[in-house]
Amino acid sequence: MQVRCSKDRHTLVVDIDGELDHHTADFLRDKVDSVLEDPNIKNIVFDLKKLKFMDSSGIGVLIGRYKVVSQRGGVVAVTGVTPQINKIFEVSGLYKIIKKYNSLDTALRDIRGCSS
Amino acid sequence: MDVINEMRLEFLSKSQNEAFARVTVAAFAAQLDPTLEEIADIKTAVSEAVTNAIIHGYENSPGIVTITARLYAGKIEIEVLDNGKGIEDIEKARQPLYTSKPELERSGMGFTVMETFMDEMEVVSAPGQGTRVKLIKYLGSFNEELRRE
Repeated sequence: MQVRCSKDRHTLVVDIDGELDHHTADFLRDKVDSVLEDPNIKNIVFDLKKLKFMDSSGIGVLIGRYKVVSQRGGVVAVTGVTPQINKIFEVSGLYKIIKKYNSLDTALRDIRGCSS
Repeated sequence: MDVINEMRLEFLSKSQNEAFARVTVAAFAAQLDPTLEEIADIKTAVSEAVTNAIIHGYENSPGIVTITARLYAGKIEIEVLDNGKGIEDIEKARQPLYTSKPELERSGMGFTVMETFMDEMEVVSAPGQGTRVKLIKYLGSFNEELRRE
């Protein structure tokens, strides 16, 4: 698994390449949490277009990060969601707390609009 | 219904084997010519069952996970077995969002995902007796016909 983190103002963009399961979840969690030590980060966008597989372990990671940023008044969003991953998000009710966007640009524009 | 083919896979309860298990079962299921969506469903369900065996059955201590898969015309049957600690209350464990390990950031969605992605799921377990999860999926054009039977 490859995880690339970049910042767009107060938003952390996490680009995940590979497969997200219980085995790789710790790696992703540690990587994101180390960047979240920066208190200026309020929001996270997970870009999943290169994610080839995800099971419910991924839900745990996303909800855990949502808890962190929501305490800072921020939001979590996802983009590049494949049909398999979409099905897991839907059955787990993730979209009640995390918004889905069709593109990273739309997500960032929307989040900038909300927080400025 | 006649078994077309059968395989058994045994591996150590290491998290590295989660990917190995789901890819191997999916490759075996490919003999039935499933759709890409069906393959993704099978991979996801196997991943959930194997993760449960490793985290909950063996609680990350060494043990053997056994998968048996059987192919029938238009149907795959997968059994994931561990000899770990077993489940005290299966009904509770099957509830969406219930997890016995919230400190590990588990979502509690494993059984719900298995039920959603497969057509049938059976869980046999008792404390100290290990756990056996049986998953069935009907494939392709046989799908509707078999479900009606």
